[in-house]
Amino acid sequence: MAEFFQQSFHAHFNFWIYVILMMIGLWALIAKNNLIKKLIGMSIFQTAIILFYVSLGVKAGATIPILDPYGNKEQAAAYAEESDPAKGKNEKKGTEEKGDSSYVGKKSPNPDIMANPLPHVLMLTAIVVGVATLGVALSIAQMIFKEFGSLEEDEILEIVKGGNVDD
Amino acid sequence: MTDQIPAILVLAPLFGALIIGLAGQKDHRVCFPVTIVSLLVSLFAAFGAVVEVVRSGEIDYFMGGWEEPIGIGIHLHIDSLNAPLLVAIGIVSVLVAIFSIRRIGDKNTEKTPHFYSLYLMLCVGLFGITIAGDAFNLFVLIEVSSLTSYGLIAMGSSRRGTLAAFNYVLMGTVGASFYLLGVGYLYLMTGTLNMQEIHTIFLANPDIASSKAVAISFILILIGIWIKMAFFPLYGWLPNAYSYCPSSSACILAPLMTKISVYVMIRVMLGVFGIEWVFASPGYSNLVVWLAVIAILAGSMLALAQREIKKMLCYLIVAEVGYMVGGAWLADEKLWGLTGSLYHILGDAAMTLCLFLAAGIFAKRFNAIEIEDLEGLFKKAPWTAAGFVVGALAMIGVPPTCGFFSKFYLIRGGIEANHWEFVVALLVSSLVNAVLFFRIFEIAFFGNKPPEGHGHHEEEVAELKEEHHPEIPTWTGTSSLLVASAIVILLGIFNGEIVELIRIGLEDLPQFASRL
Repeated sequence: MAEFFQQSFHAHFNFWIYVILMMIGLWALIAKNNLIKKLIGMSIFQTAIILFYVSLGVKAGATIPILDPYGNKEQAAAYAEESDPAKGKNEKKGTEEKGDSSYVGKKSPNPDIMANPLPHVLMLTAIVVGVATLGVALSIAQMIFKEFGSLEEDEILEIVKGGNVDD
Repeated sequence: MTDQIPAILVLAPLFGALIIGLAGQKDHRVCFPVTIVSLLVSLFAAFGAVVEVVRSGEIDYFMGGWEEPIGIGIHLHIDSLNAPLLVAIGIVSVLVAIFSIRRIGDKNTEKTPHFYSLYLMLCVGLFGITIAGDAFNLFVLIEVSSLTSYGLIAMGSSRRGTLAAFNYVLMGTVGASFYLLGVGYLYLMTGTLNMQEIHTIFLANPDIASSKAVAISFILILIGIWIKMAFFPLYGWLPNAYSYCPSSSACILAPLMTKISVYVMIRVMLGVFGIEWVFASPGYSNLVVWLAVIAILAGSMLALAQREIKKMLCYLIVAEVGYMVGGAWLADEKLWGLTGSLYHILGDAAMTLCLFLAAGIFAKRFNAIEIEDLEGLFKKAPWTAAGFVVGALAMIGVPPTCGFFSKFYLIRGGIEANHWEFVVALLVSSLVNAVLFFRIFEIAFFGNKPPEGHGHHEEEVAELKEEHHPEIPTWTGTSSLLVASAIVILLGIFNGEIVELIRIGLEDLPQFASRL
């Protein structure tokens, strides 16, 4: 049991959280009666997916992925020592380049010490899309409130079914 | 100039939308000419794309020259599968813009510039979806077109339209989120978002392609797209959304949104996962074909139960989506089902456009919302009636309209794949369509309306209020309807050429060399 917990929950902690959040969102979307609560559910649903993507790009102990020859020299030097000399195709290139940079010239940037930026960048776009969707949905909810005088789904459906639609 | 075709396609309506958003607020007369000009530029570019593709094969375009390995570029891809679709989007959007002038553009309401800028943004999204070569860009463009369509649907004065738009927002967002989640798993497994590269990685590494994560991503993407296209169990948002919105919005959304989603599904099946991978286990494709059979039968039966014209047409769309999804999943050896499904995307866009334009004109001019209101209208409006009849005959599948030929290819695929249930469903659906439309013809020609008025409750007319404006002639709507019905017939007559183009596109895909 402990091993199972270790393997499938502890190791994939954030994935479990994203699935739980997603299901909370979906449940609110389906089961809640109030339209604004439905929208909150929709937002939770979208945010869960953002969490999923963000955890794709994260690594323990990684830095920001910026190619900075003057920046984190200690780390770069540590990497240069550690890294496999057989990889050093770039070393040849490095001798041609001059300058005080011990980092850019000799080694290609080390992916091991960097977080993957791409999923995070994608999520910037997805957050914008989510905000836009929420904006449209809230304005439609406002229109519904103006026209039906209620945001409770059952009351609105009663008005629609009752046929006292007078416009 | 021809190098820039993919960019022009998307950018012309985008800039048009910006101009209308800025200048249209001051002077409403800017809106219509800018819309037409930017859509014509796109249509011209779409024709250019077809010519280029026929002459020199696929077009790959990288926005700003950022080619794939460097970063996440914006990759646009045109081949002979999506080039005809671009022309279809161009033609439909121009025709509906002409149709909308009397309904939206003839009055100085404050909504006019909003409508046209949303309309153009929708076209940006649709063109973009069709040519996107990158799975994440595809998500963004799907959301561009969905967000604009929420706006277009909520624009009407009908209260039920607003409610339908709200439901559509919820369903559409869930669909897009599922798609995004699927793309996330694909990225996790392959480390790229470019469709062609994902496919190359799958071909090179069968162990990645056969992993569970890839299968899950395929299922998530499929469910997402199915929600967007209103495939059978997930169609709940469609009928109300399309029947209670302004006719101009319905006319652009009904022919294009669902069909483009079907195309996205086919693109994902062919271009990302590969057809051999998708059809590897026949159990799943059989399941989807059975779902399609249920979609066709349920859509037809529900259409038969409707009293309102637009609602009936909406349920027919549900059935037609079943045709296309079923055809794509038939998995017959020579891929006739897939061919028929791609051809039916074009044909169905044309005939749905026809029927919705005619329904819009009937609703506007004669306030005919229900089928019984059509009594005697064919005499009053013979040209509109002619357009409606052509669209209806295409839905039934009478030669020489395109509906006959797409059914022919689909049935051929069904027989070769031994999916007899699909063949039977297609035939039953044709019969039901015949019953449906001949009932309408009978009422409209001979007017055997039941004597009692049976409480004819005032249904809402979901139009923006029209004030008749002497400057704009009444024939604008009818003329775009007639052009649309001419296209329905032309698509049928030139079906050989179009199918040949589609087959060339299928043969170009590497995994078919052995099959065709």
